[in-house]
Amino acid sequence: MQYMLLIYGNEAGKKNMTKADGEQMYAAYGAYTQALIKAGVMKAGDQLKPSDTATTVRIEGGKTKVLDGPYVETKEQLGGYHIIDVADADAALSWAAKCPGASMGAMEVRPIVMMGN
Amino acid sequence: MPQDSDISARAAAEAVARRSYGKLVAYLAARTRDVAAAEDALGEAFATALANWPRSGIPKIPEAWLLTVARRKMIDAVRRRRSGQAAADHLKLMADELEAAAMTETEIPDERLALMFACAHPAIDPAMRAPLILQTVLGFDAAAIASAFLISPATMGQRLVRAKSKIKLAGIPFRVPDRADLGERLDSVLEAIYVAFAEGWSDAAGTEIRGRALAEEGIWLGRLAVSLLPCEAEALGLLALMLHAEARRAARRTPDGDYVPLADQDTAQWNEAMIDEAESLLFLASTLGAIGRYQIEAVVQSAHVVRRRSGRADWAAIESLYDALAALSDSPVVAINRAIAVAENRGIAQGLAVLDEVAGDARLKTYQPYWAARAELLARGGNVVVADEAHEMAIGLESDPAARRFLQKRRSELNI
Repeated sequence: MQYMLLIYGNEAGKKNMTKADGEQMYAAYGAYTQALIKAGVMKAGDQLKPSDTATTVRIEGGKTKVLDGPYVETKEQLGGYHIIDVADADAALSWAAKCPGASMGAMEVRPIVMMGN
Repeated sequence: MPQDSDISARAAAEAVARRSYGKLVAYLAARTRDVAAAEDALGEAFATALANWPRSGIPKIPEAWLLTVARRKMIDAVRRRRSGQAAADHLKLMADELEAAAMTETEIPDERLALMFACAHPAIDPAMRAPLILQTVLGFDAAAIASAFLISPATMGQRLVRAKSKIKLAGIPFRVPDRADLGERLDSVLEAIYVAFAEGWSDAAGTEIRGRALAEEGIWLGRLAVSLLPCEAEALGLLALMLHAEARRAARRTPDGDYVPLADQDTAQWNEAMIDEAESLLFLASTLGAIGRYQIEAVVQSAHVVRRRSGRADWAAIESLYDALAALSDSPVVAINRAIAVAENRGIAQGLAVLDEVAGDARLKTYQPYWAARAELLARGGNVVVADEAHEMAIGLESDPAARRFLQKRRSELNI
C-alpha cells in the first residue's frame, strides 16, 4: 500500500528558528529520509516553498480565477510530503510518528488510490 | 454553574469508575461472555448515576447500585432482541438477578483476573490483548488506546469490537486456568500488562491518556495481578521490573526536557521507595523457585541500580543475565542489550562482534535501538565514518524528539 505523509507545520515558527535549530531540523529530515530509503519504503518526498509562494487556480462558470495564496488558510501549513510504500496503515502511522514534522506540527497520513486495485 | 451536589456526584461516580469499572465489567460479562453488552449497560448505569445521584444522594454502596442498574439495562437489551440465544441469556440474567438480590449487602466477587485471562486468551490476536485489557479492566475508550498504540482510532475501535465478538462467539471462558495450564496462559496476561506499561514508559514525557499516565496504569494492573496471584513468581518479577523502570522516570530527562542516557543519570533522582519495593518483591519471588524472563529482567535492573552505592553498574552480572535471557528467547532486543554488556565488560570489539552476529536479522533493519547501539559502539571504537552512517539511521528511526536531539548532538560532536 502506498501512503502520502503530508507534513503540516507553523511557518512563522520555522522562520523564527535559530540557525542551530534550523540546521538540526534539516539534519533530522535528512536522517529520516535516509532511513526511509534504507528501509526500502521511500517512493518520493519533497519540501515545499512557503505557502506565501502559493497560487490558487480555479475555473468557475467558464472563467479562470487566479488567487494569491494557498487553497486553505490555516494556522499550520503544508510544508512537504513523503510518499511511502509499506505493508499497511499501522506501518504508515509508525513512519509518520518518526518524521521530525510529527513533533513540530502534525502529519496527515492518506492512502493513495492505486490504479488497477 | 454546576451545583455542589453535581460535583460531588460526579466525583463519586468517577471514584467508583476508577476503583470498580473492571470489577463490574468482569462480573457482568462473566456469565454471558458478552463484554460489549456489559460495557454498554455499565455505561448507561454511570449516566443514570450522574442524573440521579445529585438529587437522590450517593447510595450507601455505589458499586452495588451501579451493578443493579447495569443488570436491568442488560435484561432490557436482551428483551429488545428476543431470539433463541437471547432467551437463554435472559434466563441466566434472571438467575443472576436473584443471586444479586441476595448479595447487595456483601462484597461483589472479584472476577477481574478471569476477565484478563479471557482478554489474553491464545485465541485473541496477540496485538489486541493489551488494548482489550486497557478497555475492559480500566475503562479507556478506543481513541485513547489508539493514540497510545499509534493506530488510527477507527481501526482500533473495529479491532476491539472484533476481539469482543470473538470472546462471545468462540466461547472463550472467563476463568483462571487450572494449575496445569496456568504457566503459559499467565505469560500472555503478564505480557499484555507489560506491553501497556512499556507503551507508557517508552514515552518519557508520559503518555497521558485522559489524564492518566499509561505506565502507572501498567503498574496498577501488575499490582492487581500480584494481589490475585500472590504466589506466582513471574507476576512478582513483572511488578518488580516495572517499578525499577518507573523509579528512574525523573532522571531520564533534564529540567529542559533533554534526554539523559542511563549511564549519565543522577542516581539521587531515582525513586528509592520504588527501588526498595522492587528489590523486596524480587527477594520474595526468588523464594518461590520458579525463575523466568521477568525476574531475570528485573535482576538486570538491580544490577544497574548497584551504581547508587558502588558508582558502577555490575556489568559482569548484567552480561550473564542477558546470556540467560538469550537462552530463553531469540529476541533481538536481548541480543542488543547483551552486546552493550559485553562491550562494557570485555571491550568494544567483543561487543561489536555480538552485534554482527545478529546483524542479518531482518527485524533489525528498521529497529532503532540496534542502530543506536551500533553507532555508540563504533564511535567509542574510533570507527567514526561507519559510526556516522549508523547514527544517521538511529536518528531517522527515532520518534522521540528529545532522544533525536541527543543523538544528533552526539553525531555532530564526533564529526568535529
